[in-house]
Amino acid sequence: MSDVFELETRSWPGSYGDEAQPRVGFFTDTSICIGCKACEVACKEWNGVPEDGLRFTGNSYDNTGGLGADTWRHVAFVEQRKRVGVGDGAGPGSLVQDAALSQLADGAGLDAQRGEDGFRWLMSSDVCKHCTSAACLDVCPTGALFRTEYGTVVVQEDVCNGCGYCIPACPFGVLDQRKEDGRAWKCTLCYDRLKVGEEPACAKACPTDSIQFGELDELRERAHGRVEELQAAGESEARLYGADPHDGVGGFGAFFLLLDEPEVYGLPPDPVVTTRDLPAMYRTAVAAAGVLAAGVAAAFFGGR
Amino acid sequence: MSAEPASGQHPGTQAQATVSPAGADGRRRAATDRPRADSYYGRPIIAEPVWSWEIPWYFFTGGLGGASAALGFAAGVAGNERLARSAWATALGAVGVSPGLLISDLGRPERFLNMLRMLKVTSPMSVGTWILSASGACTALASSSSLLGWFPRLGKVAKLGAASLGPGLATYTAVLVADTAVPVWHEGRRELPFVFAGSSMASAGAAAAALTPVAQAGPARRLTVAGALLEGAATQLMEHRLGDLAEPFHQGECGRYARPAKALTTVGAAVVGYGGRRSRALAVAGGAAVLAGAALERLTIFKAGFQSARDPKYTVQRQRARLAGATRA
Repeated sequence: MSDVFELETRSWPGSYGDEAQPRVGFFTDTSICIGCKACEVACKEWNGVPEDGLRFTGNSYDNTGGLGADTWRHVAFVEQRKRVGVGDGAGPGSLVQDAALSQLADGAGLDAQRGEDGFRWLMSSDVCKHCTSAACLDVCPTGALFRTEYGTVVVQEDVCNGCGYCIPACPFGVLDQRKEDGRAWKCTLCYDRLKVGEEPACAKACPTDSIQFGELDELRERAHGRVEELQAAGESEARLYGADPHDGVGGFGAFFLLLDEPEVYGLPPDPVVTTRDLPAMYRTAVAAAGVLAAGVAAAFFGGR
Repeated sequence: MSAEPASGQHPGTQAQATVSPAGADGRRRAATDRPRADSYYGRPIIAEPVWSWEIPWYFFTGGLGGASAALGFAAGVAGNERLARSAWATALGAVGVSPGLLISDLGRPERFLNMLRMLKVTSPMSVGTWILSASGACTALASSSSLLGWFPRLGKVAKLGAASLGPGLATYTAVLVADTAVPVWHEGRRELPFVFAGSSMASAGAAAAALTPVAQAGPARRLTVAGALLEGAATQLMEHRLGDLAEPFHQGECGRYARPAKALTTVGAAVVGYGGRRSRALAVAGGAAVLAGAALERLTIFKAGFQSARDPKYTVQRQRARLAGATRA
């Protein structure tokens, strides 16, 4: 009966005791993503994820659309006509300075996404964020969603009864219901592979190391260095998304380096775990229930 | 990290006014026609809920049943046995169908018992499942005691139990929807429980006024009017505080439900309150209108959530405003 009052769902590593492992995650460096979709394919192959529709969206090279029950990695393609600071005449100084910056940018791999006349192509492989404070896990009424010994968030498919609560609770729209079996599905960060000391399939398949797997602390450190490198090379909009342990979800287990605002990639600019406000919401509901009861009692004053 | 809005000519600012999702229909776009810069091809950021038609009806039956149990108990204490019987009959019917509605909405209905594996306070659905289970058991005992005279002793305890749990059954469903990333539900979290409480009071009063002779139905009529007033005031306050986010309430499918919901509740409560004093027929007609209004009100709130989840601008605008506020502070 130890699970009867599950008050604390940020239970890693405490609840695992000696079995707790270092927290692992992904650092997805979108500045070197080439949009090959090897991650999407590797994920599907390894996890046996069903086909997610054979359709043509017309949205650049993206025919997957977004994360869902049958899409656990999703590569976004953003086409922009945008002055980006280097090599397009918008640079800060002389031709020599511009040339020097261009060389830095080439060295940082930024030329991969830049074409003629200011056109650039942003590519980014999206995935479940494995939040520190995960709303999906908090609201799951059956305990199907749980936090593993690696600090990741996984749905147990044999427990999930398809109530669907996790789906609108996720601030990123990661989870969805598989119509065929009624249950909710999402990225497991290849829990089975972690158990045998392998890295997740997507990271293994990524040919440019845009998807990096490892211990979260180390990944964060590496990511900060990479942002500095890119900014020094003139990519002033390079920023980390989800690497801050003080954000609305306590930091992501899978975070990103982006080259534009999060919403450009279909990501929320300031995600918040909805259960943060739950104590206040319970208080409001109790107050409203009290008003209801008082209203019923008051109705009996004044005769029949 | 640099989450603040970019300075200068960031394209996000110029595209803010565009509303319709571009390219969502898969049509070919001209090369110069850029996608909205504040969204990814107009695609939603959060996932739309997968809950089906049963859920708003459950919000309605839970509210009707929960408030009716409270009314039945109060009528019993006041010695108005005729009114108490009407209220307990309503409570039994409404709380009785509720589990069926919930189970039929599950993706795997045969696994519904998994809900009772644990009580998890971080999940309003888990808390609600236990409230419904306990209040269902109490209501069944209380109603059979009131209507058939069974278990007179146990019935007394059950009545108190059902009456204590009933108001919670009526309002927890507001927390259920508010504890999601759905913009109008989450941002309406301060008012939604009062909207549900008012609507539940009005529907319990209306059902009892329709089922009870005029002479004994005074408290039910007053409850109907008080509930309608509370619901109206809480709804107004919620829409006012939502500001731009209240837009879904006036658009599309939701807008088509919102107006009749308000009209039926207002007119129905007036008919019950004034006409119901003289004529049982008017109490029945007004009561039916209030019940229809309460059901439509739940449907309105339900659909507004879907509409606000579908368009990324509702998700982005509120979060951007929050970030801008945090930077200024």
